[in-house]
Amino acid sequence: MTAAATGEEIVGRGLREGKYLFAQWFMRLGQAAENEELAAYVFVMGSLVEVLRGFDLHIVFPEINSLQTAVKKVSGDFLSVAEDYGYSPDVCGYVKADVAMQLQDGRHPMGRIPRPSIAVLTNACNTYLKWAEIWDRFYHIPLVTVDVPASRSAATSGQLDEAALEADRRFVEQQLRELIVQLETLTGRPLDMDRFRQVLHDTNRMTRAWARILELNRGTPSVFNALMDGTVYLGVANALRGTPEGALYFERLVEEMEYKTAHGMGAIEDEQHRLIFVGVPCYPIFRRFHELFAEWGGSFVSSTYLWFAAGGMNLGFEYDLDRPIESLAEGVLRSVRAATDAMMFHDRALLEAIDVFHADGVVYHPVKSCRTVSTGLADSRRVVLQQRDVQCLYIESDMMDQRVVSEAQLKNRIDAFFEGLNSRRLRLQAQEAPAASPDASATRVPA
Amino acid sequence: MSVTLMEEAIPLLDLSPDAPLDEAMAVVREVVEDTEMPTVHRWREAGGKVLGHFQVYFPEELAHAAGMLPVKVRGGQMDRREADSHFGSYLCSILRSSLELALTKRLELDMFVTHPICDAARNLAGLWARNLPYPSQILYLPQNPNSAHAPEYLRNEYARVLGDIETVSGCKVSDAALRRSMAVYNENRRLLRELYAVKRETPWLLPVDEAYVLVAVGGLIRREEHNELLRRLLPRIAARPARRQDKIRVVFEGGFCEQPPLDLLRAIAEFCYVVDDDLLIGLRWIVDDVPTDTSDPLLALAEAYLDHSSYSPVQHDLRKPKEKMLLRRIRESRADAAIVAAAKMCEPGLDEQVAYMKELDAERIPYFVTEFEEKMTGFEHLQIQLETFAENILFE
Repeated sequence: MTAAATGEEIVGRGLREGKYLFAQWFMRLGQAAENEELAAYVFVMGSLVEVLRGFDLHIVFPEINSLQTAVKKVSGDFLSVAEDYGYSPDVCGYVKADVAMQLQDGRHPMGRIPRPSIAVLTNACNTYLKWAEIWDRFYHIPLVTVDVPASRSAATSGQLDEAALEADRRFVEQQLRELIVQLETLTGRPLDMDRFRQVLHDTNRMTRAWARILELNRGTPSVFNALMDGTVYLGVANALRGTPEGALYFERLVEEMEYKTAHGMGAIEDEQHRLIFVGVPCYPIFRRFHELFAEWGGSFVSSTYLWFAAGGMNLGFEYDLDRPIESLAEGVLRSVRAATDAMMFHDRALLEAIDVFHADGVVYHPVKSCRTVSTGLADSRRVVLQQRDVQCLYIESDMMDQRVVSEAQLKNRIDAFFEGLNSRRLRLQAQEAPAASPDASATRVPA
Repeated sequence: MSVTLMEEAIPLLDLSPDAPLDEAMAVVREVVEDTEMPTVHRWREAGGKVLGHFQVYFPEELAHAAGMLPVKVRGGQMDRREADSHFGSYLCSILRSSLELALTKRLELDMFVTHPICDAARNLAGLWARNLPYPSQILYLPQNPNSAHAPEYLRNEYARVLGDIETVSGCKVSDAALRRSMAVYNENRRLLRELYAVKRETPWLLPVDEAYVLVAVGGLIRREEHNELLRRLLPRIAARPARRQDKIRVVFEGGFCEQPPLDLLRAIAEFCYVVDDDLLIGLRWIVDDVPTDTSDPLLALAEAYLDHSSYSPVQHDLRKPKEKMLLRRIRESRADAAIVAAAKMCEPGLDEQVAYMKELDAERIPYFVTEFEEKMTGFEHLQIQLETFAENILFE
């Protein structure tokens, strides 16, 4: 911690600096669009930015662009443009917001987004494939898919057989080398290995810091809200992955979280209930969604979003700079596999998280737009309810489409959830101390 | 046990070889629509083991060589009483009805395989594992078939799955057994190509709903029995006294995963000759014979999947832009128009619909867009629309 830093300067810096860095990033993208510089379109799960930065390409995350339209309350306008073009209301809202942006020459509420010069994707999400095919039709650009074989079954998820892992890693490495050839053709120059190693080094710095931040959130009270604050951190983790400013941001964020831990400062004012969030945030009412829980003292201490949208940083895997391509292949394999496990085979990890984070409840938020994340949630909830004494809330809406987000209905369900949590707490207190009367003041209702 | 079953060739269809064509078609239709899965029950009662594979493509030769009955899991029309509580909203019907079949034990399996055809289907391995006692897994068919290393990867993936099949079946599969199975399936695909040639060249002899059940039953019986059935029926179909009518020639696109109800296909057949389609494309995915005289049969199967295959919205291959492939299908079948369908909530199908429409607009090919659901029952509105569409083309 810097000697001059005061609590006032430290607390909240993650959000302040994250907002600033994001604005800077979008400003650079706007300049790239004006100057028609080379830009690579990538996705959060398996972004491969390390190798792309080795060619000094601008990095565009269409998922982040799209969610920003929802956070800025204009996604409805974008969805309408894409639906008028022909896309069904049942298609992923991220895809449609991006299509609308492409049809409007890259105009976006955060600035202007450059056209793709190349798209690089993995099979972590099937919609990535359909999405990239749209860019191919619009721009006839190189489209490079890197197949990353994920866990084949629930039985093998999270358990890495070393021989099988090595076979899959080798396949990923072979494809990475094919990608590098394509990038060399696109840029007209070879991969700068020194620059590549520097990028890997900066990602390693971010990873180390992120591991510490996640660890600190196990304490009580939790020092950041996994849904609200965590999403901002994830944005920086993806957009500025492998950059010195990104690494510095996370190191400074560690200072903030350690300061808050040392001073007993929680993510919300009065943490009453520790919750785990499963699914994708409700971006059309992003802040309000958080408030609906925070008003009852509910704080999200962890989320599967932090697992599958962190580009593998939650795994603590660090690249070996002596064998950069081989190591990047391993990192991509591990991160994409962990991300898909977090979406499809997350029961075991979720049960562990409930224990480690001392969670009282699990909130499932399946969304219309994302079937990767949402398909198994109703079933997964049954397992959690069978195996842990926690309350579960299952609420459906969307991450982009305001038309299927009913705040009033959400509030009714959330209020009932907390009433159940409070009743349960009183009941447990009564069981623990049958002679004493339950302490009703220990529960909280919204102001 | 299973190999003995194969050798004894117990028929799974309750159908006399001498049955007239109409009777044979009725039996086949009944079996395809029967969600009690009578052929699978008969196989199991005789001691056979069953591998269920979700849409779209699975190398059935692997299960066949191990003496198992490979069954295509493709949902069905039924009241759902158990599966719906395992799913949220915004999901297609085939996921739900397929799980319903399994949970209600109408479809009892020894092993289940799903594929990364879409984001929802990939989740089935976890769902199945949480609710059913037998092994379930994902076969990661390559979505980067353009990599020079994809064939080797897929070959090894097939070897992995074959190892699991051997464990479940208790039968070690030799290369010779695999080659024999590949020959059976080559013959099956040849017969299906013949069936599709009848549709293309003399569509008045074989309406789309009849062609469909003849293909679909292959996913429910031993492939040898399917071959016998097709060998018997194809000449009789060719000899039908049917006459050509005033109907438009169309390609039906959008039946690669969730299957339209048979009544919907009948409604189409009333006004259209469906001269080609992607219905159950997985059973016809490989378009040429797979070499059986190779030292590495698994590699041959992998190369056939990648390089000698059809197309669908759920396979990403830069060599096969789907809208261009649709145009090719239309031209090769000399179709006048296309029916561009998609199952409700089917993300790949709905995404591709847009590309198809833009391409057909650019090529000035008439098309009819529709959505369907396996459990839909009313088709009057669709029939009126189709009639108008067909008349517009016929009397243009």
